Amino acid sequence: MSVSPIHTRIWHEVPEPNNPFAAKAARCFGYDVYGEILGRASWAQMIYLLFKGEVPSTAQATLLENLAVALANPGPRDPSVHAAMCGGVGGSPAAASLLAALAVGAGSSGGARDLYLALTAWSQLGPEPDLWLDSWRGWIDSPPVRPDEAWPDAGHPPGFDPNGVTTATTILQTLECLASTRAGPRLPWLLAHREDLEARARLPISIIGVAAAAFADLGLTPDQGEMLLLLLRLPGAAVHALEQPTYGFKQFPFYPVELLDDPMTRIEK
Amino acid sequence: MTDEFSHPLKAHVGRLVTSVGAAFPGERAVFRGHDLHHDLMKSLGWFGLCVFGITGRQFSPGQLRVLEHNFVVTSYPDARIWNNRVVALGATARSTPTLSLAAGNAVSEARIYGRGNEYRAVAFFKRVHDDLAQGVPLDESLKRYQATQGNFPGYGRPLASRDERIEPTMAEARLHGLDQGPHVKLAFKIERHLLSQGRPLQMNQGALVSAYAADFGFTPLEFNLMYHCVFLCGMQPCYVEGLSKPAGAVFPTQISDVAYEGPPARRWPESYTD
Repeated sequence: MSVSPIHTRIWHEVPEPNNPFAAKAARCFGYDVYGEILGRASWAQMIYLLFKGEVPSTAQATLLENLAVALANPGPRDPSVHAAMCGGVGGSPAAASLLAALAVGAGSSGGARDLYLALTAWSQLGPEPDLWLDSWRGWIDSPPVRPDEAWPDAGHPPGFDPNGVTTATTILQTLECLASTRAGPRLPWLLAHREDLEARARLPISIIGVAAAAFADLGLTPDQGEMLLLLLRLPGAAVHALEQPTYGFKQFPFYPVELLDDPMTRIEK
Repeated sequence: MTDEFSHPLKAHVGRLVTSVGAAFPGERAVFRGHDLHHDLMKSLGWFGLCVFGITGRQFSPGQLRVLEHNFVVTSYPDARIWNNRVVALGATARSTPTLSLAAGNAVSEARIYGRGNEYRAVAFFKRVHDDLAQGVPLDESLKRYQATQGNFPGYGRPLASRDERIEPTMAEARLHGLDQGPHVKLAFKIERHLLSQGRPLQMNQGALVSAYAADFGFTPLEFNLMYHCVFLCGMQPCYVEGLSKPAGAVFPTQISDVAYEGPPARRWPESYTD
């Protein structure tokens, strides 16, 4: 019985003459990875090539590079990093801490699914920026009916911060920096119309909203953006997971509990 | 402007307010209002505790047996199956059992099988059942579903047509007098209806257990939580055997086993300009 090969448009290897499992050369979308890309390309250029199959323009590479810097560490208050620290502090395997960060950081509120939905909205906008504001307003007012799926409803428009009061300074700085790369029309448009959208949503935009506009300018699909966001936020999860054991578990918060349904209390009553 | 003290999250800072339970190390543990070690342990097994923890409700022994039965009949220790393969690859790469199983279980949340399929199937049966209760003809209800939600979850199986797990599951349910619930009957009715329309989309086990879940009152989310590890017993042997073989010996892939279908060889730009 013949077995289907693994099909790929991404990666092409040439075997060593003495070992069918070792590569003499590897090409990524036709480019020689170890003979030409290595030593010349930046990490952002390689990531763009992997996701898009083409060499990025200077503006696109700069945007992805800056986005990667902005997303690298959500910080220890972020639920995904908190989850990674729960792995680190107890001595779980490194992969467990990253799995924890991925699972928590995948969510539809502040996570990769949030970005997927926001990027879906961007991808459904037409080519005319003059129409985008009305489209976004309609989308905020009447979000599309979602299919039955296990992702819980976030309860807020994707790309906005449900607990925000005003747009955080760090998010404004990120938006301004990314928009200045001029890699596409959406980030500058978002910079110009942010307050309109926020007034409509009655919420400030989140880092997810900024990242979604950036991914849209890079031409990523919602599936690609969701995946890449998960990847780009892992460095912070990793280092915070590594850091916690150096403090020890006694210095990691273990919260007091208020148990509302306690059989012992019922007996005493 | 909201000042920092009126922020809605402030009330949640630095404490856990809970009704589901808590551990008091050295003393006791409370599980949904019961003493875990002196109350629930006497009355519930692992499976009963599992569904009680998720739903806060207790189920009849027959219902638990039907649900647990599926953990047995769907545990295939076949490392070719995608989620099991993840576990076997974990073993061959000498990753840990727990990491491998966690990944295998996460991968089981697929759209075309496993958790994604079951989530949609429970919701599907509830929707159609509600439609019929309101007098909507079955054909119209199915068309309505297809227009808004797409294909019928649990009908048509990725790798085969007949699902060999259905018969033993129905036999187990018959033993407990649970095989004639409204959603289970509806599941078979839909299969017959599709067949009569020239669409031989046979029901798979995911649909049947989802129909039982709907009959027993589970929401899609509750059922997802309960069945998250339903494939587990098929995965563990794949890990054990993978570990017994030389490292890398589970599905080793030669370079010639990969078919490249991308652009031809080209040169990376010498100088990087637009």
